[in-house]
Amino acid sequence: MDVPDGLRYTDDHEWLRLEGEEGIVGITAYAADQLGDVVFVELPAVGANLQERQAFGVIESVKAVSDLYAPLAGEVVAVNEALASKPELVNDDPYGEGWMLRLRLADGGGAGSLKDAAAYRALIENG
Amino acid sequence: MPYGPHTEDDRTRMLAALGIDSVDALFEDIPAAVRARGLDLPPPEPELTLAARLEALAARNRVDLASFLGAGVYRHYIPAAVDQVLSRGEFYTAYTPYQPEISQGTLQTIYEYQSLLAELTGLEVVSASHYDGATATAEAALMTVRATRRERVLVSRAVHRQYLETTRTYFGGGHLALEELPTTPDGLTDLAALEQALADPGRPVAGVVVGQPNAFGLLEPMAEVARLAHAADALFVAVVEPVSLAVLAPPGEYGADIAVGEGQPLGIAPQYGGPYLGLLAATEALVRQVPGRLVGRTTDLDGRRAYVMTLRAREQDIRREKAASNICTNQALCALAATVYLATLGPHGLRDVAALGAARARELETALAAAGAPRLHSAPYLNEFAVRVPDAERIHRELLRHGVLAGLPLARWYPEDPALREALLVCATEVTTPAQIERFATALRAVLA
Amino acid sequence: MTEGAVARRPLEELAAERHEAEAPRRPGHPRLAVGAALQPTLAELSRAGRGEGKIPHPPADALEAIPLEHRRRAPAALPELNEPEVVRHFVNLSHLNYAVDTGFYPLGSCTMKFNPKLNEWAARLPGFARLHPLAPDETAQGTLELLFELQQLLAEISGMSAVSLQPAAGAHGELTGILMVRAYHESRGDTARSEVIVPDSSHGTNPATASMAGYRTITVRSNERGGVDLDALRAALGPQTAAVMLTNPSTLGLFEEGIVELLEAVHAEGALAYMDGANLNAVLGKFKPGAAGFDVMHFNTHKTFSTPHGGGGPGAGPVGAGERLAPFLPGPRVLRDEEGGFRLERPAERPTSIGRVRAYQGSVGVLVRAYAYILAHGGSGLVQVSEDAVLAANYLKSRLRGTYEIPYDRPCKHEFVATARPLKQVTGVRTLDVAKRLIDYGYHPPTIYFPLIVEECLLIEPTETEALETLDAFAEALLAIAEEAHSQPDVVRGAPHDAPVRRLDEATAARQPDLRWRALTGAETPCPQ
Repeated sequence: MDVPDGLRYTDDHEWLRLEGEEGIVGITAYAADQLGDVVFVELPAVGANLQERQAFGVIESVKAVSDLYAPLAGEVVAVNEALASKPELVNDDPYGEGWMLRLRLADGGGAGSLKDAAAYRALIENG
Repeated sequence: MPYGPHTEDDRTRMLAALGIDSVDALFEDIPAAVRARGLDLPPPEPELTLAARLEALAARNRVDLASFLGAGVYRHYIPAAVDQVLSRGEFYTAYTPYQPEISQGTLQTIYEYQSLLAELTGLEVVSASHYDGATATAEAALMTVRATRRERVLVSRAVHRQYLETTRTYFGGGHLALEELPTTPDGLTDLAALEQALADPGRPVAGVVVGQPNAFGLLEPMAEVARLAHAADALFVAVVEPVSLAVLAPPGEYGADIAVGEGQPLGIAPQYGGPYLGLLAATEALVRQVPGRLVGRTTDLDGRRAYVMTLRAREQDIRREKAASNICTNQALCALAATVYLATLGPHGLRDVAALGAARARELETALAAAGAPRLHSAPYLNEFAVRVPDAERIHRELLRHGVLAGLPLARWYPEDPALREALLVCATEVTTPAQIERFATALRAVLA
Repeated sequence: MTEGAVARRPLEELAAERHEAEAPRRPGHPRLAVGAALQPTLAELSRAGRGEGKIPHPPADALEAIPLEHRRRAPAALPELNEPEVVRHFVNLSHLNYAVDTGFYPLGSCTMKFNPKLNEWAARLPGFARLHPLAPDETAQGTLELLFELQQLLAEISGMSAVSLQPAAGAHGELTGILMVRAYHESRGDTARSEVIVPDSSHGTNPATASMAGYRTITVRSNERGGVDLDALRAALGPQTAAVMLTNPSTLGLFEEGIVELLEAVHAEGALAYMDGANLNAVLGKFKPGAAGFDVMHFNTHKTFSTPHGGGGPGAGPVGAGERLAPFLPGPRVLRDEEGGFRLERPAERPTSIGRVRAYQGSVGVLVRAYAYILAHGGSGLVQVSEDAVLAANYLKSRLRGTYEIPYDRPCKHEFVATARPLKQVTGVRTLDVAKRLIDYGYHPPTIYFPLIVEECLLIEPTETEALETLDAFAEALLAIAEEAHSQPDVVRGAPHDAPVRRLDEATAARQPDLRWRALTGAETPCPQ
């Protein structure tokens, strides 16, 4: 299962790509695979302020549903509007076109206690 | 065992396969302290005597009266084809279509139901999951709360009393506010009071619920209600009667966000209260707030057209405590009745049902007025209206002795309103005959004399 | 013959045997599950000008008094059909359905037993069917007497002190019961209770109900024997607990062995015990929830008392309550008056009631059927129902053991959980595939992937109305499919092959919902011929 180096990961299977003081958030290929065909992604409004680990949205597949959690605290500066009409992007390209949020991080870019790729790989391999 | 196939030999063989002597061994996990010792009920009754018992009970109900009782449940002619289709075991002994490959009959029927009700209501998303008009109204009120993230719902006093009471029970679980909007002396929702209630910025309104026709049978200015509700960013719920939609403006056209109502008039017998069919239709924007099952059209692996339950992740079996509702039912057999009814009558037949009921109601109005019971209100009505008689409860009781069921004494629903102690709510439909109307008028003259 | 021996016999031999036994079966594809062809929609069948002759034409001025602003401008675009087309359409659609009347339907947790035909006849008797729900009591004595007796029958069966027949379905009964719990606590000024506890094996309706009634759901885990983990329950219980909702026997088909201690623990904290009666079919006359200490429960008449499932409804969900909660039952209940007649409770006669939970009295047409079912069986017959249902489930379980894993292998009640987990590990064939392959063998699949706590599970409920030959043939089909998973896994994974349609594109259905027919969009899948 694809776990790109250079990203940070949560135990809830979100990833975060740091870009300066901003972070891009999505869910991992492993999570997308576990959910199966994604049919709907509910995202917050731009401008929303999220706390670390706060639920920011919901992702639905044909037969499952899961909350989405903010990896770090920050303000939502953009959401991926394309997911409204093409939720399958989460399955097809979870680390690229399937991104969900762009956050302006509250603590200016620290990665906090997030896992690196090796630690996340260990998490999903040990089930 | 009237319906069990097992012979004693079958039971012995199954016990032997399990290596036990008695079925009691399979119940030993029930702790002795709570193990019951059988049931104190009568012995089994053979079909012959049970059938006679049931027939005798049914015969004790008086369904031979000249009835002018509606108040949410209406007598209509049900074409014979409806019950013939409903009696097919393939429909009524199947369950929720969890396995779409072998449930296309039920699934296509629900899809057709959704399509026909969408046409009638002018709204896009229809759910066949609701028990009756009252629970559909309560669920719609909760939808407005979820969709707007507001906590206050306004319900007109002229919405069916039992729908209001049911919604109040559903709101009993917490912090939500349900407020009753007053009516004018002419029996319509008081729009000035609505405007005032919507204007309180500290307590924004989630939804406004008004009936068409309302509980007094009167036609409300629905477009104006919609305009006021939407100006305050509230959603508008119309409580409608489906047969009337053949001739009255569809809720989608006058701006309703949700239409609910009782589906019983669409080919379902009164049955002393159910089972019925809760109508619920909504705009596309609200699709994820709609509680209950939805069926969608798709294709199979070979590209053939097929139907399947969809948007399942809203439902209780997947979302559990975060589900839109706990609803598990889809009222499929009642939706089948409605679908066959509408397909058999078609657009012209349904219009005839509504228009003939309206014509009979006019005749009834004239006859009752001449007999000394004029209309109570002046606003237009379709096929149900209130008349004024002194001491309505007593008149109602005496008319029963003449074989006339003279509608509903409105004081039963509005005991606090002295004006309604002199009001009977009466209706006519296409099954009402001129002879029944004459009988009512004659009996009324006699008891008023 | 042992079960192991059956499992090891070659597939061809089994297939040939089935072929001999039942003519329509072909080797590998033993029997068509359902027949007939796909059907066009009503809209496609419609031709302008059809559909006359049902209703007399109204006078031309019938709608004159209705102001134009209230009128519909164009007629609704309903289909125009004549009666023969309508009947053929729906009869052909019915052929696309699998049903109890056509075959074995071991859908766990749903009790798909035979629906007696007498009950259908009874509910349609004009005296019952034509009675208006607001008919005066003196004109409704037959139905009122039936409902009064049914309240008493259900009270005896459940050991509860009073019953309301009003709720329209099981989930509706749950909501009613939990609203009664809330009303009870509030009546005592005990308003700090904010949580409802459910086990992790519970039906999804339980937590969804708790949320609707304004409670937070706390989930407690099951122990290694499939029961509620008592220590986990005790840890979760507290002065904040309003109620514990329990299905007993559980959704694993197991009786709650610690029920006495469990109820003691719940009541010691001042909380109430709700019983989800979904599985009552296993314990009629063996266990009375009210007598055991449950405070409130619902019945699923379509499960225990064989009212038809109707493709998902209508149901009825009467609620029984013990002494403490009876005052809060919804109204109106049916009472017997001093003269021996029957009447409905009057509004405000019982001010402690939570109020009504729907319009009118209840799903009376369904209740007539339940009443007939109970009287046809009598006390001894209902006990036999449970004994036969439990015997059949244990027998079927014994036939599958060894080929399918039985995660909680102790005597079950009316249903049991098996899992294809070992099969998946070896062959890659999943429970979903096994279920779909059963369709080709002529059976409705069991419930799958529920309860959520057992991976790759099948929840199998044979009921008491299936003959031993049917149970054996079904067991052999499941064993043969396990063989096929090894020998020709693609056949299993591609199943069903013999159904009217193959597996469906559920992802597109959910991503681009098409929830109503739209004429002339230009992008239709072709009309089935």
